[in-house]
Amino acid sequence: MSRKTLAIIGTKKGVFILESDSERETWRRRGPYCEHWPINHAIGDPETGVIHAAGGNEWFGPAVWTSPDLGETWTHSSQGLAYPQGETPVKTAWSIAAAHGRLYTGVEPAGLFVSEDRGQTWAPVEGLQRHPSRPEWQPGGIGLVLHSIVTNPDDRHEMWVGISSVGVFHTADGGETWTTRNKGTRCDFLPEGMRYPEFGQCVHCVAMAPGKSHRLYQQNHCGMYRSDDGGASWESIEAGLPSSFGFPVAVHPRDAEKLFFVPLNGAELGRYSPGASAAVWRSDDGGGHWSDKRAGLPQEGAYFGVMRQAMATDAHDPAGVYFGSSNGSLYASRDEGETWACIARDLPAISSVETLVVEA
Amino acid sequence: MVTVRLPALLVQLFPDAERVVRLSADDVDGLMNALDARWPGMRDRLCDTTPAIRRHINVFVEGRRAKLATPLRPGADVFILTAVSGG
Repeated sequence: MSRKTLAIIGTKKGVFILESDSERETWRRRGPYCEHWPINHAIGDPETGVIHAAGGNEWFGPAVWTSPDLGETWTHSSQGLAYPQGETPVKTAWSIAAAHGRLYTGVEPAGLFVSEDRGQTWAPVEGLQRHPSRPEWQPGGIGLVLHSIVTNPDDRHEMWVGISSVGVFHTADGGETWTTRNKGTRCDFLPEGMRYPEFGQCVHCVAMAPGKSHRLYQQNHCGMYRSDDGGASWESIEAGLPSSFGFPVAVHPRDAEKLFFVPLNGAELGRYSPGASAAVWRSDDGGGHWSDKRAGLPQEGAYFGVMRQAMATDAHDPAGVYFGSSNGSLYASRDEGETWACIARDLPAISSVETLVVEA
Repeated sequence: MVTVRLPALLVQLFPDAERVVRLSADDVDGLMNALDARWPGMRDRLCDTTPAIRRHINVFVEGRRAKLATPLRPGADVFILTAVSGG
């Protein structure tokens, strides 16, 4: 049976969907959806086929949008997506994840909420707010945002989250208690001798390797990392890459050793590809060695960035790889990064890219 | 009863909402609750949990900018507007 491939794009002006078949040669664009709201992250839940989009609007505040029919119709809700009266209100929803029949959304100011009814109502994961470090969390350049949610497909009680300028946290009891998971990740922006604190690291993206729930990869403001113990310790894997700075990391859907980064020239150098020449860097051995993949990507004048949630792989074999740029282009590879094509351009700035493969 | 005019962008978010609605409320806070009772979720779009009217939403009662505590006399005209915002 043929299968439909969707690239689900969160942008500053709504959700767009690029649709193709299993071959992924030609694409049809739909959208914008969600009434042009800024959408920070949109996902397709492979268990339900439902699309969810997390965002927020300067006028109307935060909401999670839901489409049960691959984008044709949408509803929105923020019922329960709130801190207690008197606390700084939730400004926007930043990230979303589906696992074990639940939805999770991360928000600004940083916090985690859970939905047991597919996004109709939300409840706070209060244990994270009770962490002793909470009063010391400081916002980064984009604010105090919880942008990475990594769930364990084999254990409904285990989860990791990443908070900008705060670091990675882990729970093994469904969110009741959390511990910091930042050992070995640097804060180059702190004084010498203080660069490995318990928390305060500027994590940009965390991803789990397929089939190895305690193999994590991380793109940080200060380096690329791998963990083989669920984040208890991290090892730098940036040797061989042109920069230690970037935003997203994506993993192969079946090969735990194969991963993708988009190194940018540096936090203080413009945040675009080194030499304005775009490349995705792939490792086939868990970060031991790297090769740059450039065929089909612009090799001059590429001054765009790629944001923390704007790269994804798909479930096909060979796997597709996708990234969206800050200037509204979506690039796709259908051969695991070897060659690339621009499948959409002139969209609004792209915040997130995810994929969904469903029966046609 | 008071007469409330809602912004088009808000009405788009609630498929059966109307641009002009008549409601009973003693103050703007009560008006927000009445809107929410008719169209669940509408209060969240207009107010945050401070609680306060959202920063980029303007509520005018009898031609004056209002807060949640602003009282409403019977027959009052209420305008809810989206502020200049965005980019």
